[in-house]
Amino acid sequence: MNPLKSAEYAVEINDLTVAYDDKPVLWDLDLKIPKGKLLAIIGPNGAGKTTLIKAMLNLIPRVSGSIRFPGSTTPKPNIGYVPQSGSVDWDFPATVLDVVLMGRYGLLGWLKRPSKEDYRIAKETIKKVGMENFMHRQISQLSGGQQQRTFLARALVQEADIYFMDEPFKGVDAQTERSIVNLLKEMKRQGKTVVVVHHDLQTVAEYFDWVALVNKRVIAVGPVYEVFNENNLRAVYKSKSTLLKTKV
Amino acid sequence: MDIWMLINDYTFQTVALGSALLGIISGVIGSFAVLRKQSLLGDGISHAALPGVVLAFLLTSSKSTEILLLGALGSGLIATWFILQIVRNSRIKFDSALALILSVFFGLGMVLLSYVQKIPNANQAGLNRFIFGQAATLLQRDLILMLICGTLLLGMVLLFWKELKLFTFDSDFAQSIGFSPYKLNLLLSFLIVIAIIISLQTVGVILMSAMLIAPAVAARQWTNKLSVMVILAAFFGATAGIAGTTLSSLIPKLPTGPCIVLIVSLLVTFSLLFAPGRGILYKALKRKHTRYLLTIEGGKSHAT
Repeated sequence: MNPLKSAEYAVEINDLTVAYDDKPVLWDLDLKIPKGKLLAIIGPNGAGKTTLIKAMLNLIPRVSGSIRFPGSTTPKPNIGYVPQSGSVDWDFPATVLDVVLMGRYGLLGWLKRPSKEDYRIAKETIKKVGMENFMHRQISQLSGGQQQRTFLARALVQEADIYFMDEPFKGVDAQTERSIVNLLKEMKRQGKTVVVVHHDLQTVAEYFDWVALVNKRVIAVGPVYEVFNENNLRAVYKSKSTLLKTKV
Repeated sequence: MDIWMLINDYTFQTVALGSALLGIISGVIGSFAVLRKQSLLGDGISHAALPGVVLAFLLTSSKSTEILLLGALGSGLIATWFILQIVRNSRIKFDSALALILSVFFGLGMVLLSYVQKIPNANQAGLNRFIFGQAATLLQRDLILMLICGTLLLGMVLLFWKELKLFTFDSDFAQSIGFSPYKLNLLLSFLIVIAIIISLQTVGVILMSAMLIAPAVAARQWTNKLSVMVILAAFFGATAGIAGTTLSSLIPKLPTGPCIVLIVSLLVTFSLLFAPGRGILYKALKRKHTRYLLTIEGGKSHAT
């Protein structure tokens, strides 16, 4: 792989094993993600993509292995997180602005209330994701795409250097997908590292510059033009290779 | 009894104030429990408090409310710990673990209670009052205890408002930005347990969960803002407390706790039916209206 120095990686994972009960989901996984890349994680259902994201965020216990963020300037890395939109109950009594403001809570810490500046940043970011007409909308009245953009805005106001996103394109129409991709590319231009769990193989080359093919382990990782090929895809999706031919 | 005489009656004032306080506290804390989908935990904890009450009496022979409630607190906490350990260490799901612990503890409480009643000098010690509650036994010192605990609880909610809001909506995200869900879960469970313990004497272990769930459910129907929901739930709880006390005072032999629960259930029914936006009736009317508009539109396009 590319001979980079340690500090040039945003994330370094060594020998990561995660199991639910006695069933290993990730097995002895190694992954190094260079700084400033837009990286797609792809792999079949049940390959452990969401688990990998959650393990990197320390949301689930791991059996073994280490996860480091060598490029982080603070001891506790500030990581932006966009979970799957289905992971929360959208009938919660809150507006879009309320939810986006939550992204500032981590910078505030315990007990401190959001300031005018926090409100200003939240409102600006809501405009940026094209939701200004829904700022005070109750979140249960949002469409799937609007929910995704709300979560994206919540992560953006975190002003993090690293972002993990779990299927941000799920349930989103073509136009919204376009605008999210543009946002991701802008984040990359600002030097941020963005890691996205992605399902649509046809758009990998167009949207991302790096890709990690994951199925319990990392089958391959690198620039899209180097590792996104039929051999690797067949290895990661195994028996489904005939189906892939039409897609790739 | 004349209503003016009633309002000037000292016992009525004490009981009404106590019930109102209980309504406010359980309305506020219940809002978070309901939104976090933990409202049934309250049911488990309150049922599990019974053996603690009886054991506290057996061990100390004291009839003072504070000591009995301390026993309730103890067994309530032990039950919570059991439930959480079962969920963590086995494949049994939360609802089954809850039902299991609830019935075991409540059964133990009933066994202990009938044993106590056979002791000659026990004189029942008024322990029965913790099953269905007996608001009439509220004393001024009980009120003071409720007031102190209530102020403490409401203060905690105000202090940790931002954290509780974040945690009830999205605990994974809360953890990812450095708010330990373990600590926040502990905080919320603590608030729920205290709210239950100080309400036991008034509504009893069986009906307690209604006081946590009903005001919050009713309030949710009328608003889409968390702050408004919490205030409304407190208001509904207090209203039910006072109205229930009044009802049971006006009609002889009507127990206060069940009256309060009945009133709060009426509030829920009314809210479920008539609240604008979320009410069943509102939704039905809107559907009908939309259908009407669509038929007109459809008719037009046919004509042209």
